[in-house]
Amino acid sequence: MAKYPTEPLKCWNKAKALRQEYYDNFVHARERGAIRWAGGAWAFDAVPYGLGEDVFPMTGEPYGASTAFESEFSLKCLEATENAGYARDLCSYMRNYWGSILLDKFTFGGEFPKPDFMWQAHICCSHAKWYQVAKELEGGKVPYYCVDVAVGPFDTIAPNKVDYIVGQLLDGIDWMEKVTGRTYNDRLLIQAVKNETEAMSTWAKICSLNKNVPAPLDEKSMYSLYVFGVLMKSSPKVLGLYKDLLAEMQDRVKRGIAAVPNEQCRVMTDTQPPWAFLDVFRYMEKYGCVSIGSLYTYGLTGMWEVKPNGDWGPKTTPMERGVPMNTREEALKALVEWNLAKPEWQHFYDPSLKTDMMVRIARQWKLNGVILHYNRGCEGLSLGIAENRLGIMKAGFPVMTFEGNMGDSREFDKARTMSRIDSFMETLGMKKLES
Amino acid sequence: MLEMYKELFDARHEYAKEWKKKNGGKVLGYFCTYAPEEIMYAAGILPVRILGSHEPQDVTEPHIFAMFCPFCRDCLAQGLKGRYDYLDGIMISQSCLHIRQAFTSWKMHIPMDYSYYLPMPMKVQSPRALPYLRAELEKFKQSLEEWTGRKISDDDLRDGIELMNENRRLMHQVYDMRKKDNPPITGLDSMYMVVSSQMTHKQEHSRITRDVINELAKKENGRKTGERLMIIGSEDDDSKFIQMCESVGATFVIDDHCTGSRYFWNEVEPNGDPLTAIAKRYVERPRCPSKDWEERTRIPHILKLAVDWRAKGAVLVQQKFCDPHELDIPAIRKALDGKGIKTLTLELDVTVPIGQFRTRVEALLEMLQEEDLF
Repeated sequence: MAKYPTEPLKCWNKAKALRQEYYDNFVHARERGAIRWAGGAWAFDAVPYGLGEDVFPMTGEPYGASTAFESEFSLKCLEATENAGYARDLCSYMRNYWGSILLDKFTFGGEFPKPDFMWQAHICCSHAKWYQVAKELEGGKVPYYCVDVAVGPFDTIAPNKVDYIVGQLLDGIDWMEKVTGRTYNDRLLIQAVKNETEAMSTWAKICSLNKNVPAPLDEKSMYSLYVFGVLMKSSPKVLGLYKDLLAEMQDRVKRGIAAVPNEQCRVMTDTQPPWAFLDVFRYMEKYGCVSIGSLYTYGLTGMWEVKPNGDWGPKTTPMERGVPMNTREEALKALVEWNLAKPEWQHFYDPSLKTDMMVRIARQWKLNGVILHYNRGCEGLSLGIAENRLGIMKAGFPVMTFEGNMGDSREFDKARTMSRIDSFMETLGMKKLES
Repeated sequence: MLEMYKELFDARHEYAKEWKKKNGGKVLGYFCTYAPEEIMYAAGILPVRILGSHEPQDVTEPHIFAMFCPFCRDCLAQGLKGRYDYLDGIMISQSCLHIRQAFTSWKMHIPMDYSYYLPMPMKVQSPRALPYLRAELEKFKQSLEEWTGRKISDDDLRDGIELMNENRRLMHQVYDMRKKDNPPITGLDSMYMVVSSQMTHKQEHSRITRDVINELAKKENGRKTGERLMIIGSEDDDSKFIQMCESVGATFVIDDHCTGSRYFWNEVEPNGDPLTAIAKRYVERPRCPSKDWEERTRIPHILKLAVDWRAKGAVLVQQKFCDPHELDIPAIRKALDGKGIKTLTLELDVTVPIGQFRTRVEALLEMLQEEDLF
């Protein structure tokens, strides 16, 4: 007999359709005279929206993850990249992406679609280089622009840092006009900034509802939903989906609907999972263990702030704060200031910032323990992870680590990881539930 | 005099302790050569670069995930083992993620009077980088003033600039001598020269280098040059490796390393505001791969070095797991191959398999010698 009622997500099909539409739009953009750009999931995607309502992105990290999920094709991509002389320990999303170019095959079928331009942001060593190489692999003709956002953690933000990034974005807009031949529309930019900030704050509201016991949403399901914040966070359709999802989550909380009906143990993870092996989350459920999310899912798509009562909650949007956004410069300033607070950008400068956020979540979301992925596929999000382990344990939370790779299935030992989960559950005093 | 460089390299800790005793000044450890030493000298501080010891170690495992480069772990190990216990502070100028972890873990676990993170721009190709860095250098200067209790004037900065520039000019002169058919200095001694300058007061190092230049001008080099090679890549102060390569019929005549030419290649042009001049120098210096985008400026620079120093072959070395260099190596190899310069790529760890590497270096040299035959 289940402890709590459960039911499928009502938004699920809408989310699936939106994701399908996203890739279709990119593939068919040229036939429709539209523009398609490729770049990072962390890029300022609100900015290209100013080129028109028919501008479609394809972000590299989610593409790399989707490719990793198709492990047979992923292996071909990884090997093609290695044959081209690139090291096996580089970012595995990037290697899946480059492999797709080299093979001229798209994970979702057909040839790999060449973008009209590449638009990127740089905080990790691989970001700018990813598209530098992609441009070369595409024949060297695709225009490429990258914005440096590595100006330090949010608590050190000063006007010269904001100006540096805004200046690059202003230059980037001039560049976009030049390479596309289109006239930039500030009204569309301003709307996109409003969409992005509201969508990211809304996602944080959704994640906050997981403070409830039972949690209405589990991490594995969350992966299919958070992803819109890294596919096209400035799109009005994403904002619409997140508003619907928020209402559904509020309703689930009200009715006591659980993601995991036998919830008796709550954990979180930190970063990208090994995408080809998401069933590890289902395995944890055999112990009644729900992963309520991760710093990755919460802090990449969601924007947070410490509330006056000490809670970590959804960040107040620029619109709620009355930040002026009437001109291009004002909109870009608001966008930059907003993004510089992104939780997933903070620990690039100091692991204690990630530890603090994770401990905060562990306390406020009432967790029993924390799982850290020593992810060989992402140096950026594995940065300082060993110090995070020490810090979280010091705060009193048991920590399990496992080594793997988000996008290279050759570097994940599933049996060993399951065995570690068994040991961790035993440490937490959990026993497998009878099915 | 040449042997002085090796002595300074080997006795780096004793040197810094002695300097401190004599001068009563502060010693600041830095982690990357984007650190603006001009400002540190202006503050009366001795900047020393933190480097590893090339000994196997087991103290960093709890702090840095093993997929990060062995160099950053070796550096942290030196701190955890107390070998830099004379440092008054540490600083880093933002470059790659790997070495950043050595800095953050050092800051967390080794009690220190002072630490500073300088967010050096990554997009140095943007015109926006210069004013941004100028403002960041101002903050760094203010931070040093607070720490030392000493105001840094523009004249102090100009003195710091001249101290650094003089040392750069002198090392350039030595490097120019390596263009000769029979270079009077080996790659190993050149490496000792540059790395020792990163841990010795520049005034003293320049004095030694002036004497070395005089000595080299007169020196009859009894050594056979063999094949002229270039070495390119990550941080490399592995003397055993360089020595091995030069013992099998080759001489490194030029490099692109932060323990070599990248460190001193361009000078500060002391026009007007000294902080702007310093910022300009660091924005324009030969780039580390992590800052070389969107355009690849390293490749024309490397090709020019190879041509000017008449390198026939190139050894590309990278610290294991060094993503920035791994991201550049295929393009560099392609460019060098296009110019008929044969390449060999080797992966460095804290210790290197000298026997295996010797075989591979010999194979490269044999290929180059085949060309001489036909």
